Amino acid sequence: MIYLELFISFFKIGLFSYGGGYAMIPLISSEIVKHQWLAEAEFIKIIGIAQMTPGPIAVNAATFVGYSTAGLLGALVSTLGVAMPSVLIIMLISKLFFEHNQHPLVKSIFKYIRPIIAGLVFASAIMIARTTIIVKANSLDEMPYFQVETILIMLVILVIYLKKKLHPIILITIAGLLGYMTMLI
Amino acid sequence: MNKYWALFITFFKIGSFTFGGGYAMIPLIEKEIVEKNNWMDHDEIIDIFAVSQSIPGAIAINTSTLVGYKIGGRIGALCATLGVILPSFCIIVIIATFFLKISESKEVEAVFLGINGAVILLIFFAARRMIISSVKSNLTIILFIMTVLIVTFTSISPIYLIILGGLIGALNYLVKKRKGAK
Repeated sequence: MIYLELFISFFKIGLFSYGGGYAMIPLISSEIVKHQWLAEAEFIKIIGIAQMTPGPIAVNAATFVGYSTAGLLGALVSTLGVAMPSVLIIMLISKLFFEHNQHPLVKSIFKYIRPIIAGLVFASAIMIARTTIIVKANSLDEMPYFQVETILIMLVILVIYLKKKLHPIILITIAGLLGYMTMLI
Repeated sequence: MNKYWALFITFFKIGSFTFGGGYAMIPLIEKEIVEKNNWMDHDEIIDIFAVSQSIPGAIAINTSTLVGYKIGGRIGALCATLGVILPSFCIIVIIATFFLKISESKEVEAVFLGINGAVILLIFFAARRMIISSVKSNLTIILFIMTVLIVTFTSISPIYLIILGGLIGALNYLVKKRKGAK
Protein backbone atom coordinates (compact mmCIF):
# COMPACT_ATOMS: atom_id res chain seq x y z
CA MET A 1 0.00 0.00 0.00
CA ILE A 2 1.34 3.38 -1.04
CA TYR A 3 0.46 5.15 2.24
CA LEU A 4 2.23 2.56 4.35
CA GLU A 5 5.24 2.64 2.03
CA LEU A 6 5.44 6.43 2.25
CA PHE A 7 5.12 6.32 6.03
CA ILE A 8 7.84 3.70 6.41
CA SER A 9 10.19 5.47 3.98
CA PHE A 10 9.87 8.83 5.74
CA PHE A 11 10.07 7.21 9.16
CA LYS A 12 13.39 5.70 8.05
CA ILE A 13 14.55 9.06 6.70
CA GLY A 14 13.67 10.76 10.01
CA LEU A 15 15.40 8.02 11.99
CA PHE A 16 18.66 7.85 10.09
CA SER A 17 19.48 11.44 9.22
CA TYR A 18 21.87 13.42 11.37
CA GLY A 19 22.31 17.12 10.93
CA GLY A 20 18.86 18.33 9.98
CA GLY A 21 16.88 18.90 6.83
CA TYR A 22 19.75 19.39 4.39
CA ALA A 23 21.27 16.07 5.42
CA MET A 24 17.95 14.40 4.56
CA ILE A 25 17.91 15.37 0.91
CA PRO A 26 20.13 12.49 -0.33
CA LEU A 27 18.13 10.00 1.77
CA ILE A 28 14.82 11.24 0.39
CA SER A 29 16.24 11.10 -3.11
CA SER A 30 17.32 7.47 -2.77
CA GLU A 31 13.92 6.42 -1.38
CA ILE A 32 12.18 8.14 -4.28
CA VAL A 33 14.41 6.44 -6.82
CA LYS A 34 13.94 3.06 -5.12
CA HIS A 35 10.15 3.30 -5.23
CA GLN A 36 10.02 5.26 -8.51
CA TRP A 37 7.70 7.80 -6.94
CA LEU A 38 8.85 10.91 -8.81
CA ALA A 39 11.04 11.97 -11.72
CA GLU A 40 14.37 13.52 -10.79
CA ALA A 41 13.54 16.91 -12.30
CA GLU A 42 10.36 17.05 -10.25
CA PHE A 43 12.25 16.16 -7.08
CA ILE A 44 14.81 18.93 -7.64
CA LYS A 45 11.97 21.39 -8.07
CA ILE A 46 10.34 20.15 -4.86
CA ILE A 47 13.57 20.61 -2.89
CA GLY A 48 13.85 24.15 -4.27
CA ILE A 49 10.36 25.01 -3.06
CA ALA A 50 10.93 23.22 0.27
CA GLN A 51 13.86 25.53 0.96
CA MET A 52 11.94 28.67 0.05
CA THR A 53 8.76 28.08 1.98
CA PRO A 54 8.77 28.70 5.73
CA GLY A 55 9.17 25.86 8.19
CA PRO A 56 11.52 22.92 8.63
CA ILE A 57 12.92 21.79 5.27
CA ALA A 58 12.39 18.16 6.26
CA VAL A 59 8.68 18.74 6.85
CA ASN A 60 8.30 20.74 3.66
CA ALA A 61 10.01 18.09 1.56
CA ALA A 62 8.10 15.21 3.17
CA THR A 63 4.75 16.96 2.72
CA PHE A 64 5.51 17.83 -0.88
CA VAL A 65 6.81 14.40 -1.91
CA GLY A 66 3.88 12.71 -0.14
CA TYR A 67 1.38 15.02 -1.80
CA SER A 68 2.86 14.62 -5.28
CA THR A 69 2.94 10.85 -4.88
CA ALA A 70 -0.38 10.11 -3.20
CA GLY A 71 -2.39 13.28 -2.55
CA LEU A 72 -3.42 14.79 0.79
CA LEU A 73 -3.35 11.53 2.73
CA GLY A 74 0.07 10.80 1.26
CA ALA A 75 1.27 14.21 2.48
CA LEU A 76 -0.11 13.49 5.96
CA VAL A 77 1.49 10.06 6.41
CA SER A 78 4.86 11.28 5.03
CA THR A 79 4.95 14.26 7.37
CA LEU A 80 3.97 12.17 10.38
CA GLY A 81 6.55 9.60 9.33
CA VAL A 82 9.42 12.09 9.17
CA ALA A 83 8.53 13.72 12.51
CA MET A 84 7.69 10.62 14.51
CA PRO A 85 11.22 9.25 15.16
CA SER A 86 12.25 12.62 16.62
CA VAL A 87 9.22 12.75 18.87
CA LEU A 88 9.65 9.16 20.06
CA ILE A 89 13.39 9.51 20.73
CA ILE A 90 12.87 12.75 22.62
CA MET A 91 10.07 11.24 24.71
CA LEU A 92 12.57 8.54 25.70
CA ILE A 93 15.58 10.76 26.44
CA SER A 94 14.11 14.06 27.69
CA LYS A 95 13.24 12.82 31.15
CA LEU A 96 16.82 11.64 31.54
CA PHE A 97 18.23 14.88 30.11
CA PHE A 98 16.11 17.31 32.12
CA GLU A 99 16.51 15.32 35.36
CA HIS A 100 20.29 15.25 35.21
CA ASN A 101 21.17 18.54 33.58
CA GLN A 102 22.07 20.08 36.94
CA HIS A 103 24.62 17.36 37.73
CA PRO A 104 28.15 18.84 37.69
CA LEU A 105 29.34 16.29 35.13
CA VAL A 106 26.51 17.12 32.72
CA LYS A 107 27.03 20.84 33.35
CA SER A 108 30.72 20.51 32.53
CA ILE A 109 29.94 18.56 29.34
CA PHE A 110 27.54 21.25 28.12
CA LYS A 111 29.91 24.03 29.09
CA TYR A 112 32.26 22.79 26.36
CA ILE A 113 29.55 21.88 23.86
CA ARG A 114 28.08 25.41 23.94
CA PRO A 115 31.03 27.13 22.17
CA ILE A 116 30.75 24.46 19.47
CA ILE A 117 27.05 25.17 19.00
CA ALA A 118 27.90 28.90 18.84
CA GLY A 119 30.45 27.99 16.14
CA LEU A 120 27.88 25.94 14.20
CA VAL A 121 25.37 28.79 14.27
CA PHE A 122 28.03 31.32 13.22
CA ALA A 123 29.21 29.01 10.41
CA SER A 124 25.63 28.51 9.20
CA ALA A 125 25.20 32.29 8.95
CA ILE A 126 28.40 32.40 6.86
CA MET A 127 27.15 29.55 4.68
CA ILE A 128 23.77 31.16 4.03
CA ALA A 129 25.49 34.48 3.34
CA ARG A 130 27.86 32.80 0.92
CA THR A 131 25.13 31.05 -1.04
CA THR A 132 22.67 33.95 -1.18
CA ILE A 133 24.97 36.95 -1.54
CA ILE A 134 27.50 35.55 -3.99
CA VAL A 135 25.67 34.42 -7.10
CA LYS A 136 27.50 31.83 -9.14
CA ALA A 137 27.79 32.49 -12.84
CA ASN A 138 25.75 30.46 -15.30
CA SER A 139 28.67 29.93 -17.66
CA LEU A 140 32.45 29.97 -17.50
CA ASP A 141 32.77 33.33 -19.28
CA GLU A 142 30.65 35.06 -16.65
CA MET A 143 32.14 36.18 -13.35
CA PRO A 144 30.26 35.41 -10.14
CA TYR A 145 28.60 38.58 -8.89
CA PHE A 146 27.28 39.98 -5.62
CA GLN A 147 23.58 40.20 -4.89
CA VAL A 148 23.69 43.95 -4.21
CA GLU A 149 19.99 44.16 -3.28
CA THR A 150 20.42 41.64 -0.48
CA ILE A 151 23.47 43.45 0.89
CA LEU A 152 21.67 46.81 0.87
CA ILE A 153 18.55 45.40 2.52
CA MET A 154 20.78 43.73 5.12
CA LEU A 155 22.29 47.12 5.96
CA VAL A 156 18.86 48.74 6.24
CA ILE A 157 17.68 45.97 8.58
CA LEU A 158 20.88 46.31 10.62
CA VAL A 159 20.26 50.04 11.09
CA ILE A 160 16.63 49.40 12.08
CA TYR A 161 17.70 46.69 14.53
CA LEU A 162 20.38 48.86 16.14
CA LYS A 163 17.83 51.66 16.64
CA LYS A 164 15.01 49.46 17.85
CA LYS A 165 15.13 45.75 18.65
CA LEU A 166 12.03 44.75 16.72
CA HIS A 167 10.64 41.21 16.72
CA PRO A 168 12.42 38.97 14.16
CA ILE A 169 9.07 38.34 12.44
CA ILE A 170 8.66 42.08 11.85
CA LEU A 171 12.25 42.40 10.58
CA ILE A 172 11.75 39.48 8.17
CA THR A 173 8.49 41.02 6.92
CA ILE A 174 10.09 44.45 6.37
CA ALA A 175 12.99 42.80 4.52
CA GLY A 176 10.58 40.84 2.30
CA LEU A 177 8.68 44.04 1.45
CA LEU A 178 11.93 45.87 0.66
CA GLY A 179 12.91 42.95 -1.56
CA TYR A 180 9.58 43.19 -3.37
CA MET A 181 10.14 46.92 -3.85
CA THR A 182 13.46 46.28 -5.64
CA MET A 183 11.37 44.88 -8.48
CA LEU A 184 9.51 48.15 -8.90
CA ILE A 185 12.64 50.29 -9.18
CA MET B 1 -4.11 31.29 28.57
CA ASN B 2 -3.73 27.52 28.74
CA LYS B 3 -0.05 26.46 28.64
CA TYR B 4 -0.56 23.88 25.90
CA TRP B 5 -2.45 26.30 23.71
CA ALA B 6 0.25 28.94 24.29
CA LEU B 7 2.91 26.42 23.21
CA PHE B 8 0.98 25.46 20.11
CA ILE B 9 0.43 29.09 19.06
CA THR B 10 4.03 30.09 19.80
CA PHE B 11 5.44 27.27 17.69
CA PHE B 12 2.89 27.88 14.97
CA LYS B 13 4.27 31.42 14.77
CA ILE B 14 7.86 30.17 14.79
CA GLY B 15 7.10 27.60 12.07
CA SER B 16 5.44 30.24 9.91
CA PHE B 17 8.48 32.51 9.91
CA THR B 18 11.40 30.10 9.86
CA PHE B 19 13.00 30.53 6.45
CA GLY B 20 15.90 28.20 5.74
CA GLY B 21 15.77 25.34 8.21
CA GLY B 22 16.75 24.69 11.81
CA TYR B 23 19.32 27.43 12.33
CA ALA B 24 17.02 30.16 11.12
CA MET B 25 14.68 29.15 13.93
CA ILE B 26 17.06 30.18 16.74
CA PRO B 27 16.41 33.93 16.70
CA LEU B 28 12.65 33.31 16.76
CA ILE B 29 12.92 30.74 19.56
CA GLU B 30 15.05 33.10 21.64
CA LYS B 31 12.59 35.95 21.16
CA GLU B 32 9.44 33.93 21.86
CA ILE B 33 10.60 31.38 24.44
CA VAL B 34 13.25 33.33 26.37
CA GLU B 35 12.38 37.00 26.06
CA LYS B 36 8.62 37.07 25.61
CA ASN B 37 7.36 34.12 27.64
CA ASN B 38 10.31 33.63 30.02
CA TRP B 39 9.90 29.89 29.72
CA MET B 40 13.67 29.27 29.68
CA ASP B 41 16.97 31.15 29.78
CA HIS B 42 19.50 31.58 26.96
CA ASP B 43 21.86 28.85 28.16
CA GLU B 44 19.06 26.29 28.41
CA ILE B 45 18.14 27.02 24.78
CA ILE B 46 21.74 26.44 23.66
CA ASP B 47 21.81 23.11 25.55
CA ILE B 48 18.56 22.05 23.92
CA PHE B 49 20.05 22.97 20.59
CA ALA B 50 23.07 20.80 21.35
CA VAL B 51 20.81 17.83 22.12
CA SER B 52 18.72 18.54 18.98
CA GLN B 53 21.81 18.18 16.81
CA SER B 54 23.03 15.08 18.56
CA ILE B 55 19.94 12.98 17.88
CA PRO B 56 18.60 11.98 14.47
CA GLY B 57 15.86 13.90 12.69
CA ALA B 58 15.15 17.46 11.60
CA ILE B 59 16.76 19.97 13.97
CA ALA B 60 13.67 22.17 13.93
CA ILE B 61 11.42 19.31 15.00
CA ASN B 62 13.87 18.10 17.65
CA THR B 63 14.20 21.59 19.08
CA SER B 64 10.44 22.18 19.17
CA THR B 65 9.75 18.82 20.77
CA LEU B 66 12.44 19.34 23.43
CA VAL B 67 11.30 22.87 24.29
CA GLY B 68 7.69 21.68 24.42
CA TYR B 69 8.66 18.80 26.70
CA LYS B 70 10.60 21.04 29.05
CA ILE B 71 7.70 23.47 29.38
CA GLY B 72 4.70 21.16 29.28
CA GLY B 73 5.80 17.51 29.48
CA ARG B 74 4.69 15.00 26.88
CA ILE B 75 1.54 16.85 25.89
CA GLY B 76 3.56 20.05 25.67
CA ALA B 77 6.03 18.29 23.37
CA LEU B 78 3.20 17.19 21.07
CA CYS B 79 1.62 20.66 21.02
CA ALA B 80 4.92 22.33 20.13
CA THR B 81 5.71 19.77 17.41
CA LEU B 82 2.26 20.00 15.84
CA GLY B 83 2.49 23.79 16.02
CA VAL B 84 5.79 23.92 14.14
CA ILE B 85 4.70 21.37 11.52
CA LEU B 86 1.22 22.68 10.74
CA PRO B 87 2.11 25.93 8.90
CA SER B 88 4.60 24.08 6.66
CA PHE B 89 2.11 21.36 5.93
CA CYS B 90 -0.68 23.77 4.98
CA ILE B 91 1.55 26.05 2.90
CA ILE B 92 3.05 23.13 0.95
CA VAL B 93 -0.35 21.56 0.26
CA ILE B 94 -1.65 24.89 -1.01
CA ILE B 95 1.43 25.45 -3.19
CA ALA B 96 1.38 21.89 -4.53
CA THR B 97 -2.30 22.25 -5.41
CA PHE B 98 -2.40 25.72 -6.92
CA PHE B 99 0.96 27.39 -7.41
CA LEU B 100 3.49 24.88 -8.62
CA LYS B 101 5.06 27.66 -10.66
CA ILE B 102 5.55 29.89 -7.62
CA SER B 103 9.25 29.11 -7.35
CA GLU B 104 9.84 30.57 -10.78
CA SER B 105 7.95 33.82 -10.29
CA LYS B 106 9.87 37.09 -10.38
CA GLU B 107 7.93 38.47 -7.41
CA VAL B 108 8.86 35.60 -5.11
CA GLU B 109 12.48 35.86 -6.17
CA ALA B 110 12.49 39.57 -5.32
CA VAL B 111 10.87 39.04 -1.91
CA PHE B 112 13.59 36.50 -1.08
CA LEU B 113 16.34 38.98 -1.97
CA GLY B 114 15.15 40.78 1.16
CA ILE B 115 14.21 37.85 3.40
CA ASN B 116 17.64 36.24 2.86
CA GLY B 117 19.33 39.41 4.07
CA ALA B 118 17.25 39.56 7.26
CA VAL B 119 17.73 35.85 7.97
CA ILE B 120 21.54 36.10 7.66
CA LEU B 121 21.61 39.05 10.06
CA LEU B 122 19.29 37.41 12.57
CA ILE B 123 21.41 34.25 12.64
CA PHE B 124 24.56 36.35 13.14
CA PHE B 125 22.86 38.14 16.07
CA ALA B 126 21.90 34.78 17.58
CA ALA B 127 25.50 33.55 17.15
CA ARG B 128 26.76 36.74 18.82
CA ARG B 129 24.53 36.19 21.86
CA MET B 130 25.74 32.60 22.10
CA ILE B 131 29.40 33.64 21.84
CA ILE B 132 28.95 36.21 24.61
CA SER B 133 27.40 33.66 26.95
CA SER B 134 29.56 30.64 26.18
CA VAL B 135 32.96 31.63 24.78
CA LYS B 136 34.94 32.79 27.81
CA SER B 137 38.09 30.77 28.46
CA ASN B 138 41.01 30.06 26.11
CA LEU B 139 39.81 26.53 25.51
CA THR B 140 36.28 27.64 24.58
CA ILE B 141 37.72 30.24 22.18
CA ILE B 142 39.75 27.50 20.48
CA LEU B 143 36.69 25.21 20.27
CA PHE B 144 34.62 28.01 18.76
CA ILE B 145 37.18 28.98 16.09
CA MET B 146 37.92 25.35 15.28
CA THR B 147 34.22 24.64 14.76
CA VAL B 148 33.73 27.62 12.45
CA LEU B 149 36.76 26.64 10.34
CA ILE B 150 35.93 22.92 10.15
CA VAL B 151 32.28 23.47 9.27
CA THR B 152 33.06 26.18 6.71
CA PHE B 153 35.91 24.44 4.92
CA THR B 154 35.35 20.68 5.32
CA SER B 155 32.40 18.33 5.12
CA ILE B 156 33.06 16.71 8.51
CA SER B 157 29.76 16.17 10.32
CA PRO B 158 29.13 18.57 13.26
CA ILE B 159 28.12 15.59 15.39
CA TYR B 160 31.81 14.68 15.86
CA LEU B 161 32.58 18.19 17.05
CA ILE B 162 29.73 18.01 19.56
CA ILE B 163 31.04 14.64 20.81
CA LEU B 164 34.55 16.14 21.11
CA GLY B 165 33.20 19.06 23.16
CA GLY B 166 31.33 16.63 25.41
CA LEU B 167 34.46 14.53 25.95
CA ILE B 168 36.52 17.60 26.84
CA GLY B 169 33.82 18.65 29.29
CA ALA B 170 33.72 15.20 30.91
CA LEU B 171 37.52 15.05 31.13
CA ASN B 172 37.64 18.51 32.66
CA TYR B 173 35.13 17.45 35.32
CA LEU B 174 37.11 14.31 36.19
CA VAL B 175 40.41 16.20 36.43
CA LYS B 176 38.85 18.85 38.68
CA LYS B 177 37.23 16.20 40.84
CA ARG B 178 40.53 14.37 41.28
CA LYS B 179 42.27 17.64 42.18
CA GLY B 180 39.53 18.39 44.66
CA ALA B 181 39.86 14.95 46.25
CA LYS B 182 43.60 15.35 46.86
